[in-house]
Formats: sequence, C-alpha cells, structure tokens
Amino acid sequence: MSAAVDATAARATSAPVAVDARLADALLQLADSPLVLAQRLCEWIGKGPVLEEELASTNVGLDLLGQARLWLGYAGEVEARTGAPSRDEDALAFHRDQQEFRNVLLVEQPNGDYAMTLARQFWFDHAHRLLLDALTRSRDERIAAIAAKSVKEVAYHVQRVDDWIVRLGDGTDESHARMQRALDALWPYTGELFVDLPADAGLVADGVLPARAALRARWLAEVDAVLATATLTHPDTAFMHAGGREGRHTEHLGHLLAEMQFLPRAYPDARW
Amino acid sequence: MSTPPRNEWPLWEVFIRSQHGLAHKHVGSLHAADAAGALRNARDVYTRRNEGVSIWVARSSDLHASAPEERAELFDPAADKIYRHPTFFPMPDEVKHL
Repeated sequence: MSAAVDATAARATSAPVAVDARLADALLQLADSPLVLAQRLCEWIGKGPVLEEELASTNVGLDLLGQARLWLGYAGEVEARTGAPSRDEDALAFHRDQQEFRNVLLVEQPNGDYAMTLARQFWFDHAHRLLLDALTRSRDERIAAIAAKSVKEVAYHVQRVDDWIVRLGDGTDESHARMQRALDALWPYTGELFVDLPADAGLVADGVLPARAALRARWLAEVDAVLATATLTHPDTAFMHAGGREGRHTEHLGHLLAEMQFLPRAYPDARW
Repeated sequence: MSTPPRNEWPLWEVFIRSQHGLAHKHVGSLHAADAAGALRNARDVYTRRNEGVSIWVARSSDLHASAPEERAELFDPAADKIYRHPTFFPMPDEVKHL
C-alpha cells in the first residue's frame, strides 16, 4: 500500500497530468493485446477443428476478454484524472479508431489455418505470462492486482498451447510442415513483445512497469525448450516489425475492428 | 466388424468430483487423442462454471456395462428385501452426502 501511495504522491507533485496520460497509454497497451486476440479467437466460433478444441480456445478468448476489461476500466479511470472526457471500458473498446489501439501487431494477424492460430498463441502466451508475472511486482497496486488475477489464467493458456505445439510439431509430416511454416511466418512479430518504448521509460524507472527487454532471454529459453521437444525451430532473422504499441498497425486491424465495433457504433443505445 | 473412421479421435467418458467429500460422478463424454488431451478437454468442456475439484477420464471402450435384457435377474431379487435398506436408522443431520 504505502509504496504505491508514495509513488503516486511523488508523481502527483511532479507532472501529474503528463504522467497519468502516459499511464493511461501504458494500460491501453496492456488491454488491447488481449482484447484483439480475444476477438481473433472468437472468429473460430462455429468453425473450430473439433468441438472440444473450439470450446477450449473460446475459453482462452473469454479469459483474455476479461483481462482486457479490467485493464480498460483502470485506463479509463486514469485517463479521467487528466481532465479528458471520461470513457468506460465499452467506450474504449468500441469507440476508438485503429490508430488509437495499442496492441502488438502479432495479435491482429489473421487466424489462417489452425497452425497459424496456434503459432500466434504460442509466441504470445509465453511473453504474456512473463509480462504479467513481472507486473505482479508493479508499484502500482491496481496493476499488480490485475496481473495477479490474470497470470493464473495465462499459465493455463501456456500449458495448453505448448501441448499443441508438441503434438503438431512431432506429429505427421503435414502437421510438422504447417506448424513450422506458421512459426516462421509470425516470428518477425515477436520482437515487439520485448520493446521498451522511450515514452514509457519514466513508468519503468518508477517501478510501475517492468523493462520488457529483460524478459526476452527467459522467453527464448522457454519457447526453445518446447520447440526442441516438438522437433521445430525458430528462424534466425533479426528483422522485426514494430509500431503496434504506438498505434501503427498492419492492414488487418481495421477489418477486425469493423466487425468488433459495428454493433455499438451502429446502435449506440443497444442493450442486451 | 466395422472400423471407426480414422480421422476421429477416440471417445472418453468424463467423471467429475464437484467438491471434496463427494464421489466422482459421470458427466458426459468427449473426443481426445490421448489421456492427457482428454483431461485437458474435460477441463474446458465440463468445468467452465466452476463445477469440479478433480477429473477422471476413461476410454469409453474400456467400460463394460450390464446388459439391459439381464435386468430382471440382476436387480429384481433385491426389490423385496427391504431389511437390507438402511432406512430404519435415523441419520443425524450433520452427516452429509451419505
């Protein structure tokens, strides 16, 4: 309690509005990746490879959506402290345009075949768990609490996706080839997971956010161990896409948002 | 003998214990490639609403059932032996799940 209050008080005396604006942006970075990935997983509903897997992957989507709601709710509160018009979780999810979205590019990539969906999940889930685990030690109590709740869910996501990677990688020639192709295709999107934005340096220094670059070695060790069991590899290419967390997205996000946001925008007063 | 279609995973029966002190109860079945997959699928298909503390799975082909046509000789003889029923003893309210 006291640590977080001290940190907040320290910031409040320096440049409260600027710091809160940055914190709100950082919270959107935490919210938007699970939000967009949840929407992608929803696209499998009714089209999953088998019923059991469809339910399971939709469960993962629902976990991610629940986490996004918590982050968005907090982002809205912090944003309101800057004097901006107050936006609740729905306003933030459904009434922002794509350049305002702060998700990593990886999660907006299309589902493709099931190997592509699993490769995306594999690269993301391991990084997500390491990030959430680090966030449980944030000096911002609310961030630490949301991370503590989410990290348990994501630990299961990791187990589940690892199981699939091994089954398909060490399965038939066809499943191995498809899995490898998908991992190769999405690899250049993994770099962004470990970028520390210069604009977030103050929050990292305050102990509100972890340094993401420091998580990469552990991530690489984790994914490499699974890939070795699965007889798969990752490419060595150093080139990485980036920009999603600063609002520069691939052409895929606009289409995803058009579907996700259509109803609340067309019928702003719609109720269940 | 018909062989099952090769693209179908084997069927598993799922048993869930809803709370400590209760027995596992049959809740349904699902398809999975092996036992580990069946446990994982069971978690996602049958415990989404916080139903369980423990899961058992067994291959459906490993379960053996009594034949419906043998019902008379198997079960009818017990019907008129009410002295085997423990209904003559009052049970204290504190004893649950008996």
